[in-house]
Amino acid sequence: MQHDDVIWDIIGNQQFCSFKVKTKSQSFCRNEYNLTGLCNRSSCPLANSQYATIREEKGQCFLYMKVIERAAFPSKMWEKVKLSKNYEKALEQIDENLIYWPRFIRHKCKQRFTKITQYLIRMRKLVLKRQRKLVPLSRKVEQREKRKEEKALIAAQLDNAIEKELLERLKQGTYGDIYNFPVHAFDKALEQQDEESESESEEEEEEEDEEEEEEVMNNTHIVSQRLHTVNQEFISGRLCLQDVGKREFVAEEEVEESDLSDFEDMNKLRTSSDEEEEDEEESSEEEEEEEEEMEVEMKASKSKGKSPANGSVVRKKRAYVEIEYEQETEPTSKSRTTS
Amino acid sequence: LRATRCPTSFIGAEQKEEAKAERVSSDCLPPTFSVSEIKNKQRRHLILLLESHIFSVFVFQQKMQLKKKKKKEREALGDKAPPKEVPKTIENQRVYDETTVDPEDEEVAFDEGTDEFSAYFNGLTNPKVLITTSDRPRGTVRFCEQLATVIPNAHVYYRRGLALKRIIPQCVARNFTYLMVINEDRKVPNGMVLCHLPDGPTAHFKMSSVRLRKEMKRRGKDPTEHSPEVILNNFTTRLGHSIGRLLAALFPQDPQFVGRQVATFHNQRDFIFFRFHRYIFKNEKKVGIQELGPRFTLKLRSLQKGTFDSKFGEYEWVLKRHEMDACRRKFQL
Repeated sequence: MQHDDVIWDIIGNQQFCSFKVKTKSQSFCRNEYNLTGLCNRSSCPLANSQYATIREEKGQCFLYMKVIERAAFPSKMWEKVKLSKNYEKALEQIDENLIYWPRFIRHKCKQRFTKITQYLIRMRKLVLKRQRKLVPLSRKVEQREKRKEEKALIAAQLDNAIEKELLERLKQGTYGDIYNFPVHAFDKALEQQDEESESESEEEEEEEDEEEEEEVMNNTHIVSQRLHTVNQEFISGRLCLQDVGKREFVAEEEVEESDLSDFEDMNKLRTSSDEEEEDEEESSEEEEEEEEEMEVEMKASKSKGKSPANGSVVRKKRAYVEIEYEQETEPTSKSRTTS
Repeated sequence: LRATRCPTSFIGAEQKEEAKAERVSSDCLPPTFSVSEIKNKQRRHLILLLESHIFSVFVFQQKMQLKKKKKKEREALGDKAPPKEVPKTIENQRVYDETTVDPEDEEVAFDEGTDEFSAYFNGLTNPKVLITTSDRPRGTVRFCEQLATVIPNAHVYYRRGLALKRIIPQCVARNFTYLMVINEDRKVPNGMVLCHLPDGPTAHFKMSSVRLRKEMKRRGKDPTEHSPEVILNNFTTRLGHSIGRLLAALFPQDPQFVGRQVATFHNQRDFIFFRFHRYIFKNEKKVGIQELGPRFTLKLRSLQKGTFDSKFGEYEWVLKRHEMDACRRKFQL
């Protein structure tokens, strides 16, 4: 038998209802036949044996009714009435079907029907407007494209291309008489450009060589090659041949060697710091690269007597690989002290 | 073992390293020993590192020796030396595209005489560009304004959620020749739709590496009102040609050389780099360029025949990643 009060007592107040969703202020009912969506004594479809709702299916609205006479036949419990598409006619249909039903249910049914028709209208309008389509980006693809773009940028050599094109246009006379350059200077400039391009390519080769060297950690070969490149710099005129032994006053950070006595002091300083370094090397295993750098500076000056000026100038110009010159006697002393 | 604990501080000559390795391998261990039998991962790793280093150094040495030898031979031969080998680049190895345009091709010339841009190239119409953004632009308005200074006779309008299909008839009515829509994602422009208006082709590009004017190093003053020259580089295929014409028709036909400004569209491996420079001829063989203006790169995604209609339009070309990006040496533009 349908004892609504008992049912409500159980599910509404005391025990569990699986359709109930409780929040701080209010509880909601998730039952699909619920008329208002709230969990109330009058809105609960389980606790009311005479109940009605409006539900929508694919744009079509239906009126569902439940009466106590059919409570024993669960499969036939809900009576479904199709409502007309015309708003007023549908309201009349609701009235006609729910005549003599409690006021609350009638009112709520009409309200619900109104809301449903409104949202259906809005859906139809939205479809006609511009719809946003979300296109997913694949991260791999994006990274790949980014890398390709970088490489293409390098391969493009934009500045050169633009300059070339502009000079071409100048040659072909698209600019007319705006720029007046004398003609015989043109040929001279051509020759000059050929020379320049040759020397530039040599320099590029040198730079490539040096980059490769930097990759490898240590090699006696590198020593000879460094000398080789320094020689080449002499040849290409970067380091002036005349200035080899000459003392000049240069900017702050570089060392001024004006007297031989200064040299000796410097050497003394460096040897003492050398020994300290070697001790450090044995103890700590991590800072070897820094130590190598230090050793380079010291030992480079040691081995090349005159050349600190040159060495320092060269060092400032670009990052060379670190080289160590080590004398054979020292490691044996090392092993003696620690083994 | 001190040898194994000491890290890769390769002091001294190479013989020392080899000696160390030998020490490790021969001194304390049985002869039938392989590195992979050391159970300690760190030591094993160290020794492997040593060995691989030795090997790589050896290889490097060989390479350098070979190089030196070659150089010596070349110098010895002097003039009779064989020509220097040209290194392979992607541009060298590019797969020959059968749609590459021959400069004297009559068919192409005829097509170009009668396509949608012929009116522009014959001097009949002047370009008038409308620049706008996607809905609710957050970072692109500044970019659009800068673009508008670069392209003469360009106007920027706010989008305000209007549909493109409705904008287009209005633009046509007001004699615009181009509609440019900059799409954005998280305050960064990332796409461009370029629509030639009296029912011309619509190109959809992906835009990347956008740099505004304030991010340029050593830029000069703002671009003046003079019409810039246009440089189009490397548009070789038919498709490239049509895109090139599309981009060229953005600018007026007769550039004002007094302004000394040049806009470049350079195509390299299907990426179109846009730059805007001011140039000055120092002498007949030297020109100095200074970059002003925004820069960006474009990649063509699709070319459609009519005006913008993404659903029912007739697409002339669409980027299909699986087919077209499969070969590294094949490019479309």
